[in-house]
Amino acid sequence: MPTPAVGDERLPVVVARSVSKTFHVPEERRHTLKERALHPRRNVRSREFTALRDVSFAVAPGEFFGIAGRNGSGKSTLLKCLAGIYQADGDIWCRGRMSTMIELGVGFNMDMAARDNVIMNGIMLGLTPREARRRYDSVIDFAELRGFEDLKVKNYSSGMQVRLAFSVAIQVDADILLIDEILAVGDASFQQKCFDVFSELRDTGKTIVLVTHDMASLQRFCHRALLLERGDPVYIGESYEVADRYLELNFGREPTTATDNGSERPGDGEARVIEVWVEDADGNRLTAVPQHTRVTVKTRVLFMVDLEDPAASLHVFNEEHQPMFFATTQIENERSGYFAAGDEVVFSFTFDNVLAPGRYGPVIQLAHRGSGVDVIDKFEGSFSFVVTGSLALGGLIDLPVTSAIDRAPADSERARV
Amino acid sequence: MSIQAESGVPTQVTAPGSGFDLEAIPYERLGRPITGPRAITGSWRRFCYLTVNIAIVNWKLRFFGSALGYLWQLIRPLLLFLVLYVFFTKVAHVGNPAAPSEQFYGAQLLSAIVLFTFFSEATMNSVRCVVDGEVMVRKIQFPRLVIPLSCVLLALFNLSLNMIVVVIFALIAGVRPMLTWLELPLVIGLLVVLATGLAMLLSALFVYLRDVQPIWEVLLQVVFYASGIMIPIDEVQAHLSPSLLHLYMMNPLAAIFQQFKHVFITHRSPSAGALLGSARLLVIPVGITFLIFVLGLYVFNRIAPKVAEDL
Repeated sequence: MPTPAVGDERLPVVVARSVSKTFHVPEERRHTLKERALHPRRNVRSREFTALRDVSFAVAPGEFFGIAGRNGSGKSTLLKCLAGIYQADGDIWCRGRMSTMIELGVGFNMDMAARDNVIMNGIMLGLTPREARRRYDSVIDFAELRGFEDLKVKNYSSGMQVRLAFSVAIQVDADILLIDEILAVGDASFQQKCFDVFSELRDTGKTIVLVTHDMASLQRFCHRALLLERGDPVYIGESYEVADRYLELNFGREPTTATDNGSERPGDGEARVIEVWVEDADGNRLTAVPQHTRVTVKTRVLFMVDLEDPAASLHVFNEEHQPMFFATTQIENERSGYFAAGDEVVFSFTFDNVLAPGRYGPVIQLAHRGSGVDVIDKFEGSFSFVVTGSLALGGLIDLPVTSAIDRAPADSERARV
Repeated sequence: MSIQAESGVPTQVTAPGSGFDLEAIPYERLGRPITGPRAITGSWRRFCYLTVNIAIVNWKLRFFGSALGYLWQLIRPLLLFLVLYVFFTKVAHVGNPAAPSEQFYGAQLLSAIVLFTFFSEATMNSVRCVVDGEVMVRKIQFPRLVIPLSCVLLALFNLSLNMIVVVIFALIAGVRPMLTWLELPLVIGLLVVLATGLAMLLSALFVYLRDVQPIWEVLLQVVFYASGIMIPIDEVQAHLSPSLLHLYMMNPLAAIFQQFKHVFITHRSPSAGALLGSARLLVIPVGITFLIFVLGLYVFNRIAPKVAEDL
């Protein structure tokens, strides 16, 4: 056996080796003795449902590891296997004290007051009753629930419950934190608080496994991430790569091309748009268009009659029907030439994609040479593409901006004071 | 390391560059893999803290909201005692001071009722406990056995408080402290073992068979009448053939209650061993008790790893 090259401090703390999880889902639930006594030999058929298939990964000490995936991809099941709530096939190592927050809770008893729940959960997560009581105040303060301590947890709003659960989970001094979808709920200020805690935990060298489908926070906090799709590990890598792939998975299944459906359209019909699609620089058809790449919108046009110097134009609208930009062949090729009846021609519009993440609908218009009001055909509505990017900064477009900070010279600083 | 997926669909898993080469991890040096949910996991300290805390919290939950609080807990056995006492002494005319074992009939009746209340409370509460604790079971890892055990412990709290009332009642009735009181922890301990075994068994079965609850309710009724709670042992002896009497005493509950009366109230009430014919035959009720305990533990242990997904 070769001696491992890594020192002890480089041993991973959370390891999954070929972890699979299969649920047996009975087709009918037989829940009473009577039913079993009446039909002793009828076997309940059960369907096997594989929630996780052969997942392997290793998380280094102090690493912030994300698990991303769409709904039903097995994220939460994986977290439950790591937390020791589900029995999984394969081996899992969690080396160190673990704190978990799963399905937005740490298992509160709804009829108990916050105080009892906090102490109970502290003990469940490995504290002694005395330690749990000592931390009670900081838990309540962090959750901002002073004044609500004697209220039964069932009377809490869902946001309050999550706040309490999260603050319990982070106050037990665990080495490993498994956290599920914390950012999906809670108001903006609590989210900011979570971000602060994440940064702090990351700086103090805790190991965190975070399940999320918020790609912005995935990129912001996670060093690496795992992408799951229907139980399969699709990708493990840098979080920004995972974020890109996640967005592709989400939008990549839409039709990449819109074709002419023969509907009645404005224009004289002397030519007709028969296909519209979007391509990347390598000529792959896409519906999810990454930000800051070079993108081409293409349209195939069939000429019904002989035409001279027609112009094609592209309007791109955002979801709120605001026009984002306009392009026409008329500027570069005013005299586009002669096209015979039966010709099929592809017009392309290539641009640097600085659009903000979101959905866009291109409108293609063919017009006779001139002002563009003499419409031949107008193709709109049946095709859209999505711009993917993990940081929604808020503007309509995201220009590549560089920023700089120049400190004022020392003397002028003094002068200002 | 990054693979440019074609046509927008990722196709391949890559080993993380900054992470670990999964092939090169010295798995044998990682220690033991986690086991998943079990009936008993983690340190014993945590196990005990959890059991005690859950019991305390549920106890508070039950009594703190109500005006009479703990008194409710006492009223049920007392009321049952009152009804039975009036019926048997005034209508059925038992409790005849002339019959030697019927001395202190009232104290005998009350103590048996209090012990049975513990047994019934511990088992009835634990039937549903795992299913009712679903929120915890599905969200957090902890030794699953804590749940039924805390139900038994909660019933044990109530038993201890009720026992104070029983002792006071017995002293007022004229019972004098005896050396055999030292045997009481053993007798009550056996009852706790029996209740714990059934608690584990019933709570595990209830997850898969929901009619365990009504079935157990009915069985408890049967057990109540079959354990000699209200009938003085003289009457039982008078109406049963010796072999039937032996069979009756093999019922662990009957043996426990009888022994309790013998060591706690009056030696005139014969010991369970005497009624069985030989102290050695006590092995049978005690054996049944431990058999039920082991069976309960076995069944609970079997369902514990999967209970979170089968709920």
